[in-house]
Amino acid sequence: MEGHLNLTLKIWRQKNANVAGKFETYQVSGISTDMSFLEMIDVLNNRLIEVGDDPVAFDHDCREGICGMCSMYINGRPHGPNRGVTTCQLHMRSFQDGETITVEPWRASAFPVIKDLVVNRSAFDRIIAAGGFVSVNTGNAQDANNLPIPKDDADEAFAAAACIGCGACVAACKNASAMLFTSAKISQLALLPQGKVEAAKRAEAMVAQMDEEGFGACSNTGACEAECPKGISLENIARMNREYFSATFSSK
Amino acid sequence: MAWLAKSLNSSLGKKLLMAITGLFLISFLVIHCGLNATIFLNDGGKAFNEGAEFMAHNPIIRTMEIVLFGGLLLHIFDGLRLWLDNKKKRPVAYAVVDGAANSKWYSRSMGLLGTLLLLFLIIHLKHFWYFSRLTNNLTETHTLYNEMQVVFTSPIVVAIYVLGCISLGYHLLHGFQSAFQTLGWNHPKYTPTIKAIGAIYSIIIAAAFAAMPIAFYFNLIQ
Repeated sequence: MEGHLNLTLKIWRQKNANVAGKFETYQVSGISTDMSFLEMIDVLNNRLIEVGDDPVAFDHDCREGICGMCSMYINGRPHGPNRGVTTCQLHMRSFQDGETITVEPWRASAFPVIKDLVVNRSAFDRIIAAGGFVSVNTGNAQDANNLPIPKDDADEAFAAAACIGCGACVAACKNASAMLFTSAKISQLALLPQGKVEAAKRAEAMVAQMDEEGFGACSNTGACEAECPKGISLENIARMNREYFSATFSSK
Repeated sequence: MAWLAKSLNSSLGKKLLMAITGLFLISFLVIHCGLNATIFLNDGGKAFNEGAEFMAHNPIIRTMEIVLFGGLLLHIFDGLRLWLDNKKKRPVAYAVVDGAANSKWYSRSMGLLGTLLLLFLIIHLKHFWYFSRLTNNLTETHTLYNEMQVVFTSPIVVAIYVLGCISLGYHLLHGFQSAFQTLGWNHPKYTPTIKAIGAIYSIIIAAAFAAMPIAFYFNLIQ
């Protein structure tokens, strides 16, 4: 049943990366419980534009939970109170009438704030790029079953590849560590025969880039796994450790 | 060997060092706790003093003592280094953090628990290691067992020891299974077993150590 909420929003406002930001408080009323969190911000922004104020800048794209853009730290948790969802899939029925909701950007030195709730996550792109290429034929697609891959391996690789690079793992981690992300990207290739060829070099290069970008180390708290909208498993971090240390002793 | 230094100085390498030294200290605690538990035989410290005598003079044990201090210092140094590094990664803190929603408090507080443990350890080493190794106060008539009886007459000391053991228990509860995860041992076949053994180990070690000062204080053992 659709209901309506009156809410107090404490939203982080910051002009750009070079100036300090601060919280601004806004009141919104008549918010439908069927709205997504982003639609609620849309309503607020419409109102701000009508009165000539600067709307709240936030990242969004697909609004169906697969692009990983909607980075918002809501009431102390990435993507808000529900597990396994991004902010666009978070609905206002998850909140109570009269509630105060605090919205912050991802906070990590590797994710500088561009404006308000928008952060620069290009560090993730550079980690992926550091992984380099995969040696596969670029001609016609080869016949099916030419390269036998056990179903379990394919499933596991696919589960790792489900990572959408949203950065919730970094946002949730007390060390702003990107290990869940990096390990998923290493795993999705390391698990498949095509990825085995460059596995050692890839693990070393991606970990080096991750450190260079200024992400923290892992305390194995498991916060990343719990907050990941795609359910990426901590097993990937263990696999990354195995890949990395075997590369330490085997790469040339 | 630059390749090894590079690997050990990476974010993963620092954790590997933490895991290896941690597991080494975990193995030491088994011996320490097992030997000390002989006081519960209630034989007036006979078995305990014999054990302590052996530990004090066996050349292998004495060598391992140096390795143990090395491992401990490495664990402390590496932990400090990780804490300082990690602190810099989030220059602007969150206004609201709901940590309980996604992780255990003790897994997020290893630095704090480790610091409490270090403070406790300084007091503990002063009480017994310093007394037995670096002074001449240990005699036939005043054994290490007698010294325990003396030290644990103070309720404040007993309280410090019990708090130290609680810190140790929580530190181990996270550290034990965390070390295996860092070593890359995460598998549906054995991870549940590792976690169970880790929990049982942490509770037994913490409870057994805490029972010692309590037993002396309440004269449950003579």
